[in-house]
Amino acid sequence: MSLGSAIPQPLEEERAARPLLEVRVVVKRFGNHEVLKGISLTIAAGEFITLLGESGSGKTTMLRLIAGFEQPSSGEIWMNGSRLDTLPPYKRRVNTVFQQYALFPHLNVRDNVAYGLRVTNTPSIEIDTRVIDALRMVKMDSFASARPATLSGGQQQRVALARALVNRPLLLLLDEPLSALDANLRKEMQSELKSLQREVGITFLFVTHDQDEAMALSDRIALLRNGALEQIGSPREIYSHPATAYTARFIGQTNLLRAEIRGGVATCGALRWPTSAPDGPAVFSLRPEAIRLADTVADSAAANPSAPEARFAAIVKQQLYGGASELLEVECGGQTLRVKISARGPLSGKQDFIFSAKDAVRVTE
Amino acid sequence: MSATPTTATMRSSASATRRAPLLAAYAWLVFAFIYLPIIVLIVYSFNRDGVGGFPPHHLTLDWYRQLFGDGAIWTSVLNSLIVAACSVALSLTLGLPAALALDRANFPGKSLFRRLVLLPLILPGIITGLSLLMFAVCAGAHLSLLTVFLGHGTALISVATTELFAGLQKMDRAQEEASLDLGATPLQTFWRVTLPNLKLSLIAAGLLIFTLSMDEIAVTFFLIGRDNTLPLEIWGRLRRGITPEINAISTLIFAASVILIVIWFQLRTRAQRKAL
Amino acid sequence: MYSRAYKSFVSLPPLVWVGLFLLLPYTLMLAHSFWVVRDGFIVHEWNLQNYRTLATNPVYVQVLLRSMRIAASVTLCSLLLGYPLAYYLSFYAGARKEILYQLVIVPLWISYLVRGYAWKTILGSDGVLNGFLQYLHLTNAPVGFLLYSPFAVILMLTHIYTPFVFLPIYAALEHIPRPLVEASQDLGASPFKTFLRVILPLSLPGLLAGATFAFVLSLGDFLAPLLVGGASGTMIANIVQSLFGAAYDWPLGAAISVCILLITVTLLFFTERLAKRWAFR
Repeated sequence: MSLGSAIPQPLEEERAARPLLEVRVVVKRFGNHEVLKGISLTIAAGEFITLLGESGSGKTTMLRLIAGFEQPSSGEIWMNGSRLDTLPPYKRRVNTVFQQYALFPHLNVRDNVAYGLRVTNTPSIEIDTRVIDALRMVKMDSFASARPATLSGGQQQRVALARALVNRPLLLLLDEPLSALDANLRKEMQSELKSLQREVGITFLFVTHDQDEAMALSDRIALLRNGALEQIGSPREIYSHPATAYTARFIGQTNLLRAEIRGGVATCGALRWPTSAPDGPAVFSLRPEAIRLADTVADSAAANPSAPEARFAAIVKQQLYGGASELLEVECGGQTLRVKISARGPLSGKQDFIFSAKDAVRVTE
Repeated sequence: MSATPTTATMRSSASATRRAPLLAAYAWLVFAFIYLPIIVLIVYSFNRDGVGGFPPHHLTLDWYRQLFGDGAIWTSVLNSLIVAACSVALSLTLGLPAALALDRANFPGKSLFRRLVLLPLILPGIITGLSLLMFAVCAGAHLSLLTVFLGHGTALISVATTELFAGLQKMDRAQEEASLDLGATPLQTFWRVTLPNLKLSLIAAGLLIFTLSMDEIAVTFFLIGRDNTLPLEIWGRLRRGITPEINAISTLIFAASVILIVIWFQLRTRAQRKAL
Repeated sequence: MYSRAYKSFVSLPPLVWVGLFLLLPYTLMLAHSFWVVRDGFIVHEWNLQNYRTLATNPVYVQVLLRSMRIAASVTLCSLLLGYPLAYYLSFYAGARKEILYQLVIVPLWISYLVRGYAWKTILGSDGVLNGFLQYLHLTNAPVGFLLYSPFAVILMLTHIYTPFVFLPIYAALEHIPRPLVEASQDLGASPFKTFLRVILPLSLPGLLAGATFAFVLSLGDFLAPLLVGGASGTMIANIVQSLFGAAYDWPLGAAISVCILLITVTLLFFTERLAKRWAFR
């Protein structure tokens, strides 16, 4: 699958030709601490891209560099063919939805949304219509005269979105905007955010530490680790072909198998499966859902040479029921594996399992 | 985000992206305005040729020698110390229950009471001083250090109440509940939990009240009898003309104030750190 | 959780004391303002004579107006010095913030009299400033207008109240969440517009508190005029003081005090309401 699968093909080519935002080998140091270690990143117009990473991975710093609240220690940021990192924040066509929304407490909802237009001397007739449109877009037009303090978290979130979008930025930055909301509201806002982005067609750069959120929303995910780019690609690509053990672990659950390859066969404890990788030690990632119970499979498939499979017997140690699926912890030759199967009643003792060799993806440590 | 990168971020944005040379220069000018008179005062306390003239020369300790031989000044210092110490005791004794009452009790006229207690803090001293003078005269009291002490003690309840109220607000109410839950009586709880928690606030408030009483002049002006406090002794001498001896005593007052502030500030930061 | 006995035990002593030693004296002052002096004695005869005198004798109104002018000047000067200082400390001082803050509040603890006296020695005709000017040969004869003038009163009171004004403004500025400043810049506002539209409005309650404090306390000051004001720097509280001293007309003095008190309380009432309206959280 190609990068950015959600974007139609012509756009794909246009992106290669004329990117909206280019981050070129950006380094950011605070004192002796290097927070960003030479990040390069290209963002296409109309894309929904997510910077994903743990606390301290540098994702928020990256966002602040693009917004202009910090200056890179070295490297450059370009937007639409001109230098961005030398401009002060108020001259950038980039707007931010802040983590705690940062709504102005002394202004009502209407004036909050109008703020960006007023300070840039937009004619007042235009301000009125644009503000109303923006509030309608986020379904907050009936709250125009309310003070931010009287609004719920979800409502403040909408106002913050409207306030940023009303300026028609080329790029909208969202700094963990959903982290302050409770779980249900969060799911709701995720879907609204996605459809809003399609509607306005503005490029979204979303920062989060929540991998599920990143997977659900993004066209592409850029995974950051300790200030460096670990992997970038579409959610599907990153999930099914993690490049590193870290990616495999961070995005979804996985079993990391430390195998020894000899003559086209990988061996890890009691597990053996065919591989095309060269001889020597290697690490493989095997998703829990790639392993099935052997009795559920039509056994004839095992003989198919084009899709070789590996079989092993393991003892079921624990079974966690999760509604539609259940998660098993099984032990096989001193090694614990996680297996995700569709729900099927209690299991115990020794069971036969099977997985397809192509699902064991080789990753670097 | 974890705490470390966030604080690092803030620090850098304060130093790297923000510079305002004009504003900085202005701020330093304001500092100069605040401190120059005090520095001049101190410098001229060592000037043999008296106050005035420029530049000061012939540095000498004569004025300090003269000051230490001046009996009237030291009598007034003693008077001030006595009044200040008693005022601290009085205003804390009444300020503590007042703060407790404002924090936890509801009674008719509570908001009036709060405003009334705080009034001496915001009113010009002359109003409070004159009111107390009329009260003393009507009550047939002789003006003396006793009336000064009653005036200071009463006016400074405002300071005690605000400081202790702030301390109470920061205190974790659950501690007292735990104490009661464990079988302590309200009185035991007060002694063993509430008061120890307020210790730093009490000391800080006491120091502040002590300094304010030592310096007080507007209220004292109207309540003083024959015995002078230090500020009134200085005031009396100022009417007769200025001498470097006054610079010398002012310098000593300044030094004493600075020592008290340093103690106060240490206590306060310790209290804040404890609250966190 | 607190018993009725506990509550009365902590409420009663301060209530009684404050009632006796604050409320009663203030009431006594109010009462005096409706009495008169006859043949050197205060007569407890209720009338509005004193207030009539105040309204009709232009001297009192003039001095009151002058006092208000001086107090307003002090307030304005203290704000002009204190606000930028607070703004600088809060937003630009970086790591030096704590130590600079302490430097501002140190003078708050230093005797009023000491600070006033310092200005007297600086401004006098044989004072430090004149000595300095002559040393630089900027003048040959001492400049006399510095001391004993409204200017000297304003200077001295500004010196005293600048730290007072600084404190609440600084506290208000420190409470402004920094993301609001970033949000403003992010939405296209230059630093100056950010100051005007976000920082200034959000610091208004602090500014108001500082200004009220400076105005009220300067309005009722009688020591600064005595120390450095001279005849032209006489303020309303000096009249009160002389009425209670040599002139011996306590009722009239009490009436003026009541006026000062009323001005103060009215001002406090309005600023409190304004501050409430401007406090957005």
